[in-house]
Amino acid sequence: MSSKRDPESQTRPKGGFSRRSLLKTIGVGSGAVGLLEQDIQAQTGAANVAGPGEVPVTLTINNKPVKVNVEPRVTLLDTLRDRLDMTGAKRVCDRGTCGACTVIIDGKAMYSCTVLAIDAQGRKIETIEGLSSGSRPHPMVKAFVDNDAQQCGYCTPGFVMAAVSFVRRNPKPTEQQVNEGLGGNLCRCGTYMGIRKAVLQAAKEMGGRNA
Amino acid sequence: MQAFEYASPKTLKEAVALLGTRWGEADVLAGGTDLISLMKDYLHTPKRVVNVKGIKELAGISKTGAGLRIGAIVTVDELLNNSAVRAEYPSLIQAARGIASPQIRNMGTIGGDLCQRPRCWYFRTGNGLLAMKDGKSLVVSGDNRYHAIFSSGPAYFVSASSFGPPLIALGAKVKLTSATGSREVEVAKFFVTPQNESSREIALLPNEILTEILVPSAQGVKNATYEVRHKDALDWPLVTASVALKMKGNTVESAKVVLGHVAPTPYVAAAVERALAGKTINESAAEAAGEAAVENAKPLSENGYKVQLVKVAVKRALLEAVKA
Repeated sequence: MSSKRDPESQTRPKGGFSRRSLLKTIGVGSGAVGLLEQDIQAQTGAANVAGPGEVPVTLTINNKPVKVNVEPRVTLLDTLRDRLDMTGAKRVCDRGTCGACTVIIDGKAMYSCTVLAIDAQGRKIETIEGLSSGSRPHPMVKAFVDNDAQQCGYCTPGFVMAAVSFVRRNPKPTEQQVNEGLGGNLCRCGTYMGIRKAVLQAAKEMGGRNA
Repeated sequence: MQAFEYASPKTLKEAVALLGTRWGEADVLAGGTDLISLMKDYLHTPKRVVNVKGIKELAGISKTGAGLRIGAIVTVDELLNNSAVRAEYPSLIQAARGIASPQIRNMGTIGGDLCQRPRCWYFRTGNGLLAMKDGKSLVVSGDNRYHAIFSSGPAYFVSASSFGPPLIALGAKVKLTSATGSREVEVAKFFVTPQNESSREIALLPNEILTEILVPSAQGVKNATYEVRHKDALDWPLVTASVALKMKGNTVESAKVVLGHVAPTPYVAAAVERALAGKTINESAAEAAGEAAVENAKPLSENGYKVQLVKVAVKRALLEAVKA
C-alpha cells in the first residue's frame, strides 16, 4: 500500500482527499521497513527477476503512460481501482468469472482481476474512463441509458467494455451473436433484455467504425 | 495472494532455468485464468512466477509433415480463428466454443487448459486433491453432484480440461521441456490419477514447461466434440464427449471416444471403441454406443444424472462427426 517513492503524486488528481487516500496515509508507517528490505532484495537478485517487493511499472491506459509502483502480485484491477483512482472496473467475483472488471487489452476484452499489473506493461489498456470523449457519451454508453440496460449498475462498466469489444469485432451482430459475445459477463439484476437491445442499437450507431 | 518474485523471460532456455525442482518453488504463468485464482485462494503459494507469454518458441500454430503443431501459449481465441484448425479439427473448435466467455478465450491458453488444476470444490477450499478427512473421502459422503462417475477412488475430482478429451481422441502428444532436455508424452498419458496427496494429476514435472502440442493429421478422420453444460453462457461442462472416427467409406475402421468431466482424467471409453469398429454410424448405432459408454459407470450419491448425460453426449458427438 505504500512505498518510499510516492506513486500517488504522479497519478492522483490534485487536491482531492478521499477515503482512499486517508486509508493509505494511515498505512504508511507500518509497512515501510519491510518494503525497504524487499526493495534491496529485488535489486540484488537475478537481473531479470522482479519483486517480491514493489517494482516500478509503466502502464499505457487510455493512450496515456502511467507510472505506478506495485508488487508483482497486484492485479491490474486493484492497481486501477486502489492506486490510480479509476474505479470504473468493478471488483465483484475477483476470480475471472463475472465480467464486472472487464477492460480491453490490445484490442481484446479481458478480466482485469486476473491480469497482473506487471504483466500488463507494454500492452494497450482501455478502460471505461477513456471511452467517452469530453461530454459526449460513447454510443454504447448512450445505448445502455436509452434502453434502461442496468438496474443496480454494478455490472454495467464491465458489460459496456465487453460490448464495445464485441461490436468492434462484429459490426452487424444478430441477437444470437450478442448473447454469445457477452457470455463472459453476468448481471444479477437480470437486465439482459435491455443490454441485448442496447448492444444492437449501439452497433448501428457505431456503424462499423472502430469507435 | 502471497508475495512472489516475477520473471518474464524471452527464451525457453531462460524460462526453464528459472523453474524449481519441487512444486511450490515456481509456477508458470500464461493466461493466468487458473493460476491467479489459485494464488488468491492460497492453494498455490509459489516463491516465483515465470511468465511465459513473451517466449516466441511457445507461440503460433503451424502445419508440419505429420499434422499440426500448436504452441502452448496459443490462446483459445487464436485457435478458434485458425484456418488449419477449422478445416481439419472440428472437435477442437467445438471444445473451444464450449469455453463460452470471450474474455477467457482471449486470455486462456491451450497449454494452460491442459495444466489447470481440478475445479472440485473440496480441493478449491483447501481440503486437498483427494479431499480425505480422517481416512474418509469428503466427496463420497458430501456434495458430489459435479464429481466423477468413473472412479474407484481415492480421487473423485474430474479433470477440468476442455482440450484433453479431443486431443486424446485425435492421438495428440505434448512436448515437455526442462533445462536438461525435452520429452514427448501422449496426451492420454499426460493425465494421471493421483494415488496420494503429494502427487499431481498431470505428468508434468516441476522443472518442466509444456511447450507445444503435436496433433496428427486428421485427413479422413471424422471428429467432433459435444458438450453438456447448465448455461449457454460461461459455465463448466457437466459432461463432454469427443470422438475421432477413421472411416472406410461409410463404415468405421477404428474409433476413439473420450469423455470429459466424468473421471479424474479424460476417460477413454474403450468398450465403445471396440463396439463401433466396422459399423455405419446412424441414430441407432450412436444410441447403442452411448449405452456402451456407461457400462462401467459408478455414480456417487448425487451425480447419477451424469450417466444419462454421457449417453446423450456420445450419441450426439457421433452423429455430429458423420454429419458433414
